[in-house]
Order: sequence, then structure tokens, then C-alpha cells
Amino acid sequence: MRRFVLLTALLLAGPSFDAQAVATSYEIEGDAIAEPLTGHEGDAERGAALVADRTLSLCVLCHSGLVAPVHMQGNLAPSLAGIGGRLTPGQIRLRVVDMKRLNPDSLMPVYGGVAPGARVAGPWQGKAILTADEIEDIVAYLVSLKG
Amino acid sequence: MRPAVRCFGLAAPLLLAASVAHGIEQGEPRSGIAFASPETRAMQADDTANPGLFWVLDGEQLWAKREGAAQKSCGDCHGAASASMKGIAARYPAFDDKTGQAVDLTGRINLCRTRHQQATPLPHEGKEMLALTAFVGFQSRGLPMAPPADPRLAPARAQGEALFTQRMGQLDLSCANCHEANWQGRLGGSPITQGQSNAYPLYRLEWQGLGSLQRRMRACMVGVRAEPFDYGAPEFVALEAFLATRAKGLPVETPGVRP
Ligand code: HEC
Ligand code: HEC
Repeated sequence: MRRFVLLTALLLAGPSFDAQAVATSYEIEGDAIAEPLTGHEGDAERGAALVADRTLSLCVLCHSGLVAPVHMQGNLAPSLAGIGGRLTPGQIRLRVVDMKRLNPDSLMPVYGGVAPGARVAGPWQGKAILTADEIEDIVAYLVSLKG
Repeated sequence: MRPAVRCFGLAAPLLLAASVAHGIEQGEPRSGIAFASPETRAMQADDTANPGLFWVLDGEQLWAKREGAAQKSCGDCHGAASASMKGIAARYPAFDDKTGQAVDLTGRINLCRTRHQQATPLPHEGKEMLALTAFVGFQSRGLPMAPPADPRLAPARAQGEALFTQRMGQLDLSCANCHEANWQGRLGGSPITQGQSNAYPLYRLEWQGLGSLQRRMRACMVGVRAEPFDYGAPEFVALEAFLATRAKGLPVETPGVRP
């Protein structure tokens, strides 16, 4: 069991980021992060809206089985329909926070940490794609998908 | 634990299998037009409906226009484009002896302007450069992409391939993640395609105008939240040189039409 630091967005970055600089640490046990990053569970309704947002969360670019219109969903990744019945909340949380910890070659971006990619464009440098709050909202929504 | 193990047991090999089974090496290169809707295909195929033809017609005028301190036109040196420019776009980027570097068609036209016309270089995405590259490219329409077996292009091609496979941007994706491993997939609603370069410059409905291959590559880089290379950067010429080797045999479609 080790501790990792989750960097969430610093302020200044516009509406998609928390107006606070937050550094949250989390514990990985097995293939899961059992505890909510924010200390409390997220809001599934907000999560549903976030997941459908093609420019902020980008989930539907790759995944199907979500709330977005079918013709706008991608097929590069497994369907998330019924994901809440297949994975525990903690397993879902780790996958959204850092899929590459489980599969270093995964296509899925790291949402709860700083991207390792080259040439990260100015506004995104040193920032996570989603804040801890946004991740918890998304986790709450995915947990509700019992299919 | 179990479900997760099962999931990775399934998902990861599936992705691996996808990249092996659909890698372009194994099959034929496929033009982006093959993934487009029937309407878009019809628009590209019909010269009276293809908006790119306006740029070709403008380019024809510019070909004959005397420019710069030398007061020479392209045609004064090259004669009729239908003969002298046939097949040129199919084998670019090429190696330029004087600079000792790979040069793309846009770069070559600007070299002609500075060296032979004693004129200023044209802006990369300006109306005039797009018209000239569309006109020159049009002279190769239907001919197979034929990157030359010139060993001096090897370093640029190798650099291009390295860039193509490098993960970049906040989304940490490489060109190859999409255009090699997942070209048969859909990103959101859009077919990803093989990212082939055989139809440029082309008319993109989303742009409501003609754009260069570099403009398209910049859009993909911005999409993964990477800092795009500047227009005309050696990195882009290297990517173009690599893309040309992947496109070998595909017919030149200039000016193509894409969604
Ligand atoms: C660029 C593509 C891409 C994007 C964007 C993406 N994912 Fe994924 N995701 C994948 C892939 C590919 C997998 C399969 C696992 C792997 O890569 O090893 C996956 C797996 C998952 C899994 C595990 C699924 C299972 O059946 O075990 C969850 C949960 C998940 N993603 C949620 C999300 C959420 C939520 C978002 C947006 C916040 C998102 N993903 C965005 C590509 C993506
Ligand atoms: C996340 C996925 C993704 C990544 C990464 C990506 N592309 Fe693309 N690319 C696309 C999609 C989707 C399209 C088609 C868009 C459309 O026209 O609707 C496309 C189109 C293209 C085209 C145009 C093909 C045609 O027929 O007109 C080229 C060329 C291209 N990409 C090159 C690149 C290069 C070079 C890189 C890396 C610098 C890159 N792409 C990275 C998704 C991607």
C-alpha cells in the first residue's frame, strides 16, 4: 500500500476548474481507491452531466453505454453500461483517477493527475483533467449504473 | 477483485488484438474518403460540386502571374503546369540540395518565390499559397502517391515516425494510438480513419474552406491538448515525409473534401 498525491487544478483556468488549489493524497489498495478523494461521496446527477460533456470529461469520445446520444459515442473502449454492477466504487475510482496504473499502455487519459505526455499545451500544463470533486461526481454516477 | 481481473483479462488483449489485426502494414492503405458519407464522397467526385475547385482555378491564375523583383511567373520557368507539375505532388516532400533538408510543396513554392522570383514568401495558410498548392496538387490527381527512394529523406522520415508514435498532450495520445491502432474505430461520432495525407490541401466542411495538411495535424494536436508545431516547422515536414510513405499507392485526391 502506497500513498500518491493527486494534483487537482490550480485556479485561474476558467470554469472547468475548482477555484481552489487542492492537493489530495489517496491510498491504493489492490486495484481500488476505497475512500472518496474529497472525503465524501459525489453527486450522481452532476456526474451524469459531466460524463456526457464531450469537451470537459471526454468520456463519450471513447466509451458507449452513457447518457449521450448514441451517434455521438465512440467505440474505442468498453461500454460502461452496467459498470456499477461489475466493479466496486473503489475500483471505478482508481480507473478514472489513473487507468495507467493498471495498464500502462491504456488509451485512457489519467484524469486525476498530471499528464505524462509531451508538449502539453500552455493552459493545461501541470494540471489534472478533472478536479477531485468532478471525479467523485462521475464515480457516483457510474456506481449508479447497475444495468 | 475478480470482476476487475476479468475486465483486464478481456479489455487489454482485445485492444492488443485490435492493433495487430488492423495495423495498416497488414492491409492496404485506405484513403479518408472511404470513411466519408455518400454525400461527402459525391461532393469530392463532382468538379461542379467540389468547392476546392475554386482554389484550383485561383491557382491557375496565380501560376501565370508575374511576381517579385524578377517579374517572373511560375509558368515563365516551368511552362504548362499540366505537363511540368504532373506527378510532383505525388512524390513530395522531396530533398532540397541547397538547404540539405526535406521540403514540402508549400516550402518548395516559397523557395521558388525567394530564389527565382525574388518575392516574399507567402503565408502558409493564406489564400494564395492554398490556391497554388491546390493547383499544383490537382495536376497529380488520380496518380498514385509515390514517395521517392531517396536515402537523403531517411532522417526526416525517421523523425516523422518518431513523432507519430510519441504520446503527447494532456490526453497523452499519439497519432499512432488513433490512426494505426484504432483507425477502424469512432471517436465520438467521427470515423478516425488512417490519417492519410493524399487529398491535401482539402476542403473541410467544418472549416468552410480549404486547409493544408499541417492545419489538419494542428487540429489533431490541439485535440489532445498538445502545443501544436508552428506552420512550416521541420517537425511538420518530417511528419509529412513519414505520412507520404504510409500513403504510398493511394491516388492523389487534391482537392479532397472531408467532414
Ligand atoms: C481516449 C479514450 C478514453 C477516454 C477519453 C476515456 N476512457 Fe475509460 N477506458 C478506455 C479504455 C481503452 C479502457 C479499457 C481499459 C484499458 O485501457 O486497459 C477504459 C476503461 C474504463 C473503465 C473500466 C471499464 C471496465 O469495464 O472495466 C472505466 C470505469 C472507465 N474507463 C471510465 C471512464 C470515464 C468515467 C471517462 C471520462 C471521465 C473515461 N473512461 C474516458 C479509454 C478511454
Ligand atoms: C484522439 C484521436 C486522434 C489523435 C491522437 C490524432 N488524430 Fe488525426 N484524426 C482523428 C480524427 C477523428 C480524424 C478525422 C476527423 C474528421 O475529418 O472528421 C483525424 C484526421 C486526421 C487526418 C486527415 C485524414 C483525411 O483523410 O483527411 C490526418 C492527416 C491526421 N488526422 C493526422 C494526425 C497526426 C499526424 C496526428 C498526431 C500529431 C494525429 N492525427 C493525432 C483523430 C486523431
